Amino acid sequence: MFDVKKIRQDFPMLRNNTLMQGKPLVFLDNASTTFKPDVVINDITKYLTEETSNSHRGDYDLCFTVDTKIKNTRKHIAEFLNADEDEIVFTTGATNSLNTIAFGYGYKNLSRGDEILVSVEEHASNLLPWFRLQELVGVVVKFIPLDEKGRITLNNVKKAVTSKTKLISIAHVSNVLGYKVDMKEICKYAHEKGILVSCDGAQSVPHTKIDVKDMDVDFLSFSAHKMCGPTGIGALYAKKEILEKMDPFSLGGGMNVTFHQDATYKCLPAPAKFEAGTLNVEGIYGFDAAIQYIQSIGIDNIEKYEQELKAYAVEKMKKVPGIVIYNEESEAGIITFNIKGVFSQDLATFLNSRGIAARSGQHCAKILPDFLNELSTVRASFYMYTTKEEIDALVEALMKGGDFLDAYFA
Amino acid sequence: MPISLSPQMMRQIIMDHYDNPQHKHEPNDANKYESIHMDSANCIDDIIVYVKEDNGVVTDCFFNGVACTISTASTDIMCGLVIGKTCEEALYIIDQYKKMIHEEEYDDSVLDEAIVFMNTSKQAARIRCATIGWDGLEEIIHHHHK
Repeated sequence: MFDVKKIRQDFPMLRNNTLMQGKPLVFLDNASTTFKPDVVINDITKYLTEETSNSHRGDYDLCFTVDTKIKNTRKHIAEFLNADEDEIVFTTGATNSLNTIAFGYGYKNLSRGDEILVSVEEHASNLLPWFRLQELVGVVVKFIPLDEKGRITLNNVKKAVTSKTKLISIAHVSNVLGYKVDMKEICKYAHEKGILVSCDGAQSVPHTKIDVKDMDVDFLSFSAHKMCGPTGIGALYAKKEILEKMDPFSLGGGMNVTFHQDATYKCLPAPAKFEAGTLNVEGIYGFDAAIQYIQSIGIDNIEKYEQELKAYAVEKMKKVPGIVIYNEESEAGIITFNIKGVFSQDLATFLNSRGIAARSGQHCAKILPDFLNELSTVRASFYMYTTKEEIDALVEALMKGGDFLDAYFA
Repeated sequence: MPISLSPQMMRQIIMDHYDNPQHKHEPNDANKYESIHMDSANCIDDIIVYVKEDNGVVTDCFFNGVACTISTASTDIMCGLVIGKTCEEALYIIDQYKKMIHEEEYDDSVLDEAIVFMNTSKQAARIRCATIGWDGLEEIIHHHHK
């Protein structure tokens, strides 16, 4: 039974009456990051206070405990995604995962003239690594046209694919508009053409059931901090046969078997090959707890509840005078809007003065404004602990109208 | 300017400078100006500040580009304040403005309308917007004097 009031009791940021600008905090920036439940905080603390040691190389019990934790976390992440354990690479987050694909796979396996397809609504982390690869290798980054609503459709993917297309790298759910892409049909089509598919799951893995085998995606990138886990840890999923074709782009301890004075070296097999240096061990403790917490609530319950919140918010917000909502129909719990005549950042600053955390700007998708024909927008994004009362607070603040610069004078 | 401006008046001043900036335009003879490109990772602000200096006096100052309400209004007010002032006077005004923004003791006698930004520190995320043009002008003058 999904009970939001009960869920909120698990989060210190929510139950401790956190204030912002002297007002009860209404946190509507969950596409940016999420709050951490006690179980996550406690497990991180457990590592720091009871189980601190390095992984990989100890002959003593503490190291064995940590190594076991890392192994089990990898297993739990794999189960969460329906992947195999050795297909999960720990990274510092989705950005690092995407860079690992670009420089671990792309740099080695792609060559001049090969085409990579992205879209204008991608986050910087799913564009700049490919732009860099264009500079380094001469691959060509091309854009899948969005439909009139801002969706990526199979039809438009087909229009953009050429005989030179080697990779499609797109967000499963856009962090600005919140449309969910049918990755399964895109993967099926791409694979028929011998094209690999990289899925940026930063905005989908925390909110919707992912089955990498059913989707048949080749790469999946995501971050723990957007799913109740700590910052600085995330994962890359890649099919085993693809991981084997990749070179590490970060090298050092923990990923080699041997190295010699003649500059020869041998790497460990994947996934260790891609995990040079000491891992973010407390991050892994927290990541594991976060996955288990989400499973205890049920990812399907979370998705269903967020869709209910989205419908509720759209219904209420449509009544605000002068409001423009850019993504009424999108699936995710993300609403992107403006109020006519009000600069988006002034609106977000005004909301801050009311204790409401929302995000203004371009949301790291700096090419999308050309499509929306708006320089910047305000985004409110929900998670499992968001309440209808919080949405009411947002709507009430927006209803005020006209006085958005008040934040400067109050 | 009295410090007892009402919030309504302060808002009106900001909106006037945003809707009808006096010193925001394309450069006609850019080669006669020193200029600096200023942008922000946190806002859409992306402006160029232009300054013309003759014998140690700021004879013209304007800006152009994309900017939010706060950065447009604050930069526009700044341009109006420094035109006709010596570089030393302009630097003094900039210094007092920044002291105000950062809640330090400041000399309000030189800030005129710029005092409408006196509460910016309460919305700390917007300090960059309120100072982006001022930082640019300060850098040009310092650079020019080296």
